Amino acid sequence: MLSDNGKRLPETDASGLNFEATELTLGLPGESRVTLDGGARLGSKRGFSETVDLSLGDNIDTNKLGRSQIDAQEAAKSPVSKAQVVGWPPVRGHAKRGKKSCKFVKVAVDGAPYLRKVDLQTYNSYQQLLTSLEDMFSCFTIRNYWNEKKMDQANGIEYVPTYEDKDGDWMLIGDVPWQMFVESCKRLRLMKSTEAVGLGAEAK
Amino acid sequence: MFWGSRKTINMNYFPDEVLEHVFDFIRSHKDRNSVSLVCKSWYKIEKYSRQKVFLGNCYSIGPERLIARFPGLKSLTLKGKPHFADFNLVPDDWGGFLYPWIKAMAKSRIGLEELKLKRMVVSDKSLELLSKSFPNFKSLVLVSCEGFTTDGLAAIASNCRFLKELDLQENEVEDHRGHWLSCFPESCTSLASLNFACLKGEINLASLERLVARSPNLKSLRLNRAVPFDTLQRLLIRAPQLVDLGTGSYVHDPSSEAYNKFKAAIQSCKSIRSLSGFLEVAPCCMSAIYPICENLTFLNLSYAAGLQSNELTKLIQHCKRLQRLWILDCIGDKGLGVVASTCNELQELRVFPSDPFDAGNAAVTEEGLVLVSEGCPKLNSLLYFCQQMTNAALITVAKNCTNFIRFRLCILNPIKPDPVTNQPLDEGFGAIVRSCKGLKRLSLSGLLTDQVFYYIGMYAKKLEMLSVAFAGESDKGMLYVLNGCKKLRKLEIRDCPFGDAALLEGMGKYETMRSLWMSTCEVTLGACKMLAKKMPNLNVEIINETEQTDSNLDDSQKVDKMYLYRTLVGHREDAPEFVWLL
Repeated sequence: MLSDNGKRLPETDASGLNFEATELTLGLPGESRVTLDGGARLGSKRGFSETVDLSLGDNIDTNKLGRSQIDAQEAAKSPVSKAQVVGWPPVRGHAKRGKKSCKFVKVAVDGAPYLRKVDLQTYNSYQQLLTSLEDMFSCFTIRNYWNEKKMDQANGIEYVPTYEDKDGDWMLIGDVPWQMFVESCKRLRLMKSTEAVGLGAEAK
Repeated sequence: MFWGSRKTINMNYFPDEVLEHVFDFIRSHKDRNSVSLVCKSWYKIEKYSRQKVFLGNCYSIGPERLIARFPGLKSLTLKGKPHFADFNLVPDDWGGFLYPWIKAMAKSRIGLEELKLKRMVVSDKSLELLSKSFPNFKSLVLVSCEGFTTDGLAAIASNCRFLKELDLQENEVEDHRGHWLSCFPESCTSLASLNFACLKGEINLASLERLVARSPNLKSLRLNRAVPFDTLQRLLIRAPQLVDLGTGSYVHDPSSEAYNKFKAAIQSCKSIRSLSGFLEVAPCCMSAIYPICENLTFLNLSYAAGLQSNELTKLIQHCKRLQRLWILDCIGDKGLGVVASTCNELQELRVFPSDPFDAGNAAVTEEGLVLVSEGCPKLNSLLYFCQQMTNAALITVAKNCTNFIRFRLCILNPIKPDPVTNQPLDEGFGAIVRSCKGLKRLSLSGLLTDQVFYYIGMYAKKLEMLSVAFAGESDKGMLYVLNGCKKLRKLEIRDCPFGDAALLEGMGKYETMRSLWMSTCEVTLGACKMLAKKMPNLNVEIINETEQTDSNLDDSQKVDKMYLYRTLVGHREDAPEFVWLL
C-alpha cells in the first residue's frame, strides 16, 4: 500500500487499508507518525514500535524521542505546518536555503465573475484557510462542518468548499490531514450547496 | 660549567631580542602555549611578543586577565554561544556579549587590529566604540553573530581609516536603511575584502561602485541580494583582479545587452578562484560563467534554489580543479556521480537539504556519497544531509577515503536504521573511525546503539569534536567516548539516554575539554549540582525555560539543558534569569 507521495507506510492492516496515514497526527519528518498528546510531547512507546520496524530486541529505547518537545510555537510560526522537533535537522535557522515556500492556488466561487489566488503555505489549518476565504468573498457564506454556526440560511446561498487534487478529482475539503491537502491541492472551488449533491455535504 | 671539548649551547645566553625573533616563526597557538611553559624567561618573552590570541569560549577567561597576560595583543578571535545555538536550542540573551571586551581593550590602550567573532552578541554600541578606539584597526570578521544594525556598520565604515577587511557571514543584521556603504570616506582605498551577502536591505549602488573603483587591493567581494545583475557587471569591469566573488541577484534575460556585457566582463576576471552567491538565480544565465569554471577551487551553490540538477551538473562539468563544493541536495545522486567523475581534486563536499523538514523528499541517498568517495580520493571534509544511509555504503566510503578530518552525516529522520538490513548504523560509523585515523570532527545520525560509541572510544584517537543526537542506549555509550577519546575538546549531546552515572564518572575529563552540552538527556539537577561542587574550575549552567523557579525543583528532576565549560574566572556576571549557574 503506497501513500500519497509514493512512500511505503508500515502501518497497514490486513485488508490493506491504510487508516493511520490519514489520521490527523503530528510527527517527525519522514515515516514515523505518532499521535499527539494533549501537551506537546511526542507520542507513546506503542506509536514508535509500530512505525519503526526494528527487530533489535528489548534494549532499544523506542521511547527515546519521548521527551523531545515539539516546539508548538515554532510550528505555528513556520509556513510549513508540520510539527518539527526543535533543532532538527541541524540546519541554521537563518540559512534561507532551498525553495521559497509558497503554494498559490486559484480560488473559484460559483457565480463570481473573477477568481482569486491564495498561498496555502500561509495557513496552518483548514480553519484558517476557510476564515480567510470568507473574508475574501465576504458576501458568501461558506458551509463549514466544523462550525455549524457559520451556516446562515437567511442569507440564502451557501457554499461548499471543494478542491481539485493531483489526480484531477474534485474532493470535499477537510477529509485528509492539512499537509496532505496542501501538497495535493491544485485549485479550490466554492461550490453552490445545491450543486454539491452526493458528497454528503448537502444542507440537512 | 663546561666539560672539555663538549660544548652545549644554552639558549638563555641569547639576548631576548634573538629569542623573540625565533618565536616569531612559531605561529600556531598550541606551539606558542608550549613555548610559554618552558621557563620563566621564555614565558616573559612569549607573553610580550604574542599578538594573536584565540579564545574558543569567551567565558573561559575575562577581558582584564587576557589583557594583563598579553599586553601586545593585536588580533583576537572570540567564540560565544555553544554550537547548538545555531539550531535554536539556546535562547536569545543567553550571553556572549562583545561590549565588555571592547570596553576593556579600549581602556587599556590595546592596539587592536583584527577581531574575529563567532556566535557573539554584538551591539551597535560596541561597534561604535571599536571603530573609535583602535586607530590601526584593519579587519572585522563576524560569523553567525547578532545584535547589531547597519548603523553599527556605518560607524565601522566611517571611522576605521585603514580598514582592509569587513567580512559578514550569516549574521542577523537589522537593516536601518541607512547608507552605511556611503560612509566609507573617499580617502578609504585600503579595502581588500568586503562581504555583505547576509544583509537583507537595499544598498546604495552608486556608492558601491565608487568604493570598488577606488579599492585596487580588493580581492574578495561578496554582494547581497539587493545588488542587481547590471551592477554586478559594472563591478567586474572595475575589479578584474578579484579572486573571490559572491554574486548578488543573478537574474537576467539572456538575450539582453546587460547579459552580453556581463559575459565579456567575467572573461577578463582571470583570477577568480572562488565563486558563491546566486541568492536569486535564473537557470538560463549560468552558461555565462562557464569560462571561469576551469580555474575555480571553491564553488558555493548552496543558496541557488532555482537551479535544477541538470543545470548544476552542466556547470560542474566545467569545474575540473574544484577542491571545495557546497551544493543543494537537488543535485541528486546522479549529479553527485558527475561530481565524482569531474572533480578529482575534491577535498570538501557539503550537501545541504533544499527541503529540510520533509524527510521524504531529500534527493540524495547513500548512493551519491559512495560515488563521490570513488571519484574523489582526496576527500577529507564532509557535511551530508540525506534521505538514508546504509552500513555497506559507509564501509565502502571508509575504504575509499581514509583522509577524513571532518565527517558530518545528517540523515533527515534521526533514528532511521539501515533501510536494507534494518540494522543500526553502528558498523558503518565504526568503519569510518577505524579507517580515518586523522578524524577530528564527527557528527552522527541514524539509528545507533552503544556499540557505535564503543568503536569511537576505541578508534577515534584524534577526535576533537563529537555531535550526537537521538543515539545510544545507556550510560556506557557516553563513557566509552569520555574514556577513549583522549583529544576530545567539545562534546554535544541531545536526546540521548545518558544520565547521572555517565556525567559524574566523566568528571575528571571535563577540565581537559572546552565544553560539554547535554540536552533532553537523563541528567538530573542533583548530579549537576554535585558536579559543580566538586569541580570549581567548571561552570555548570542549567538553561531552564519553564516558569519554575529554583525552589520548586527538586534534585531528582531531569534538567532540560545543561552546558558546562572550563573557566579560570568562575561564574559569569551577565547570565540572564533563565540560566542557573550552579
